[in-house]
Amino acid sequence: MSDLRDLYQEVILDHGKRPRNFRFPEGANRESEGYNPLCGDHLTLKARVEDGSVSDVGFQGDGCAISKAAASTMTEAVKGMTQSEISELFDSYHALVTGADGVEPDLDRLGKLAVFAGVSEFPMRVKCATLAWHTLQEALAGEGGTVSTE
Amino acid sequence: MTTRATAAEDLTREAAGDERAEGAAAQALGAIDVEAIRREFPALDQTVGDRPLVYLDSAATALKPRAVIDAVTEIYARDCANIHRGVHRLSQRATERFEGARDKVRALLNAPTSQEIVLVRGTTEAINLVAQSYARPRLGPGDEILVTELEHHANIVPWQIVCEQTGAELVVARMTDAGEVTADAVEAVLSPKTRLVALPHVSNALGTVLPVRRITELAKARGAAVLVDGAQAAPHMPVDVQELGCDFYAISGHKLYGPTGAGALFGRRELLDEMPPYQGGGEMIRTVTFEKTTYAPAPTKFEAGTPDIAGVVGVGAAIDFVREVGFDALAAHERDLMAYATEALSSVPGVEIVGTARDKRAVVSFLMDVAHPHDIGTIVDMEGVAIRTGHHCAQPIMRRFGVAATARASFGMYNNRADVDALVRALWRVREFLA
Repeated sequence: MSDLRDLYQEVILDHGKRPRNFRFPEGANRESEGYNPLCGDHLTLKARVEDGSVSDVGFQGDGCAISKAAASTMTEAVKGMTQSEISELFDSYHALVTGADGVEPDLDRLGKLAVFAGVSEFPMRVKCATLAWHTLQEALAGEGGTVSTE
Repeated sequence: MTTRATAAEDLTREAAGDERAEGAAAQALGAIDVEAIRREFPALDQTVGDRPLVYLDSAATALKPRAVIDAVTEIYARDCANIHRGVHRLSQRATERFEGARDKVRALLNAPTSQEIVLVRGTTEAINLVAQSYARPRLGPGDEILVTELEHHANIVPWQIVCEQTGAELVVARMTDAGEVTADAVEAVLSPKTRLVALPHVSNALGTVLPVRRITELAKARGAAVLVDGAQAAPHMPVDVQELGCDFYAISGHKLYGPTGAGALFGRRELLDEMPPYQGGGEMIRTVTFEKTTYAPAPTKFEAGTPDIAGVVGVGAAIDFVREVGFDALAAHERDLMAYATEALSSVPGVEIVGTARDKRAVVSFLMDVAHPHDIGTIVDMEGVAIRTGHHCAQPIMRRFGVAATARASFGMYNNRADVDALVRALWRVREFLA
């Protein structure tokens, strides 16, 4: 049986309680809203993109420990990355949290994000772990608007 | 199990003369033998992970007694035929059982006649039927539909669709901080423009019981029709549509220990007779030519296509089951559980109960300072405890309390104090984990 500690790793509990970059960056030029209609979780994400890479990113909103920790660790991980680097990182992360068959998550690339491996044992919580990522991609694509997990 | 009838006899313990000390101590106020009832629900006999299942999500869907499962199986295993068609005996048997279930729904709601019972997929379809067949042809700009702040989305969205179609406006009666919608609050927004009042009998998110009879009187005095969403009331209290005075009453079979996909709408005969069909198709016609089709009388007019025959028959079996247990005994048992649960949950530090109406049924919605409802749901699930977390398809209620979601424990006839104790232990685990 999967253990709660696999899901709620110390790093996740820490970021869930004290999310990093829980504010909007100055001079933000990208923005998007994420919404999970299943649970009502909601976040607004803003980023500043300079010379093709994310120089700062932050978020505000309300959600469970998993979704806040996912947003918090994401904002730390993606700073300095280009849109395509973020997209590749998300592919690895997505494989990790969904436990997709036949896809080995790239643990080197994931670094600290590897703590989300336990999410794959809790399929109902995958959306909590990916909401911020979808929202960031939407913001970077310059679409604005609201991202929904549905 | 032996036979359903024998089992049912065991369920109701005659209060007089039965002094089984064990049972009496465990269920001080209950006049029902919960242990015997639990044995009738096969789903309770399982572990999730390594923990025995504690099911506290009956407001989402109730577990099914063996009598219901057997009734459904028997339709497919024996009386497997379409209804109202063909003269062969399988079709006859299926038809009799299907129509028998309609009669049981009539009796459950004390409707005057079985012709006033339309069999549908559930409460949602019942409300959509009234929205499209009753409200839409009658309403126009300047008319108002009144709902309350305690509505499930199923009693909001169909009316919004009608408003878009007709130009009518949706008006909302507000609730108090305790989660009550008073007759005064409804009266405050009733007007000569109000053509229809739609309200829940019991709130799915908070458990509040609404003063339906009084509100119906007020609405009728202004000439408005009244629809009651009875999805959360029918499993917990006797319903008498004649005494309530409402025009429409909608229920779901699956919240009443029956199968999913089958429910019923009571509609007053004069209104059903005037209403156009909801869907066109087989079954609902009298004659069909390419030039003109005439419709069958209600309720057939509203029952196009082959229904969920086994589901409806299962709902009939569920009604028998509930009535044999008895609403008085059931209500006393659930009242005891509610009082016990309210006190027990309040004893956990950081737990705040949302919705503190004086009259509540079988639902305790709550928040915890240290944990988001979603995290509560996952952690208590690991302890074998199934509760609902989220907005309960009632986002306006969540917004009113300034939250995105709550955790909700809800009770059925099979729950006991040990279930509540298991939830409380699990909430302590949440604290230990996330505080």
